Amino acid sequence: MVIILFIIGWEVACQTFEIPTWLLPPPSDIVDEALTGWNQYSKHISSTVQLAIIGFLVGSSVGIVVAISLHLIPFMREAFYPVLIISQNIPVIVSAPLLIIWFGFGMLPKVIIITLVCFFPITIAALDGFRQTNRDWLHYMQMAGASKLQIFRKLEWPHALPAVFSGLKISATYSVMGAVISEWLGANKGIGVYMTLASSSFRTDRVFVAIFLVIILSLLFFGLIVYIEKKLVRWKPIEEGNAHESFSH
Amino acid sequence: MSHLVIKQINKSFGNHAVLKNLSLTVNDGEFVSILGPSGSGKSTLFRLIGGISLPDNGDIYLDEVKINGRRGSISYMPQSPALLPWRSILKNVVLGAELHGPYDKKIALQMIERAGLKGYENHYPYELSGGMQQRVSFIRALLSPQKFMCLDEPFSALDEFTRLDMQKWLMDVWSEYRRSILFVTHNIEEAIFLSDRIIILSERPATVKHEFVIPFPRPRHEGLLLTEEFLHFKKKVYEKMQK
Repeated sequence: MVIILFIIGWEVACQTFEIPTWLLPPPSDIVDEALTGWNQYSKHISSTVQLAIIGFLVGSSVGIVVAISLHLIPFMREAFYPVLIISQNIPVIVSAPLLIIWFGFGMLPKVIIITLVCFFPITIAALDGFRQTNRDWLHYMQMAGASKLQIFRKLEWPHALPAVFSGLKISATYSVMGAVISEWLGANKGIGVYMTLASSSFRTDRVFVAIFLVIILSLLFFGLIVYIEKKLVRWKPIEEGNAHESFSH
Repeated sequence: MSHLVIKQINKSFGNHAVLKNLSLTVNDGEFVSILGPSGSGKSTLFRLIGGISLPDNGDIYLDEVKINGRRGSISYMPQSPALLPWRSILKNVVLGAELHGPYDKKIALQMIERAGLKGYENHYPYELSGGMQQRVSFIRALLSPQKFMCLDEPFSALDEFTRLDMQKWLMDVWSEYRRSILFVTHNIEEAIFLSDRIIILSERPATVKHEFVIPFPRPRHEGLLLTEEFLHFKKKVYEKMQK
């Protein structure tokens, strides 16, 4: 509703104040370009989607592996936690050109960039999930004689799964961003390239098309993760208050 | 065969002595209750038997084998049911067994039926009432391979009606399987009703203050709770606890 009002306001403002289209195109122009320019940008979409998916898969695997090793190997946590934080303090815009210098213009530096933006939310979410395991359950497992690995596999991992998924949702949207950023820095295809070309030729309508494409892709990725979560996490995390109501009927 | 001997155990945290020269035995097939005020170190005692922490000195033997610091020697029923919410009832029931090897699904299903939970095998814990969850928790302990059971105030969170039901059910199942049980409670009536023997702990630092052998024959019925003898016995126990 808010979005619709916003778009109407935008359209009306553009018409009444006669804003030049290179400065701010009205939504109708953007939609027009989105429809007629399909051939222009379709090849860019598939390239970006491919890149984002690969980057996301690599990034989330790295994120989960890092979280598990930090959790299970005692000294790793103290040793590497600061490194993790630092890795997030280096702006991508700075590290990306470096990566291109080191690894060239191929797939590898782009995947590394996406991995860098993707793994962090997952690692942090998973670590928190592992650590917040219910004390009573942990106590039972210890008393019952579960080994450290059994405690992890049968208790901490399933317990952390919802947390891991919230990390994955954040990373899924980041991965599209990361893909576009990595394309800015050197690629011959992709939404990032399309965006750069459009802005350098003052085709502001196309810049907006690109923005909306990024938004739509992010939402799709997000929705996909939510769908997978619903399939995998069948149990309800305990929400106080309705735990027993479901029993009475 | 399972027979627990605790010899002269001391445990303190910093300057706080929690257990002092505590000795007790549970014979094979015996149901022994530990009665003590809250915070008397009952949980600490269980942590020692469970091998999660080590006594400062003294030894714990199970079937003549020293089990100081050795985890998984006993099967355990905690105060809260501690069922894993992502596991179905069946999967929860076999958890204790699963930790030590393959389990027998058929026996698990029989036990679920025995607990009056037939039809709930594939339900999840949040769909069960508190009493039902405790029954699941008890079966889980019973199906664990260890023959010695430790029950840590398992009924303290239940209402009076459910509690009596659970006590009767527990006695039923126990008389059939005859495991050795060490049962912690702060409810005198419950201790007398269920046990062969009661051990009364003092306040911190906990040591054995008194021991009662329960004279009432089994099987016991709830009518026993209101007999003159029972009330008289309860009074005796109560007086010992006060001193």
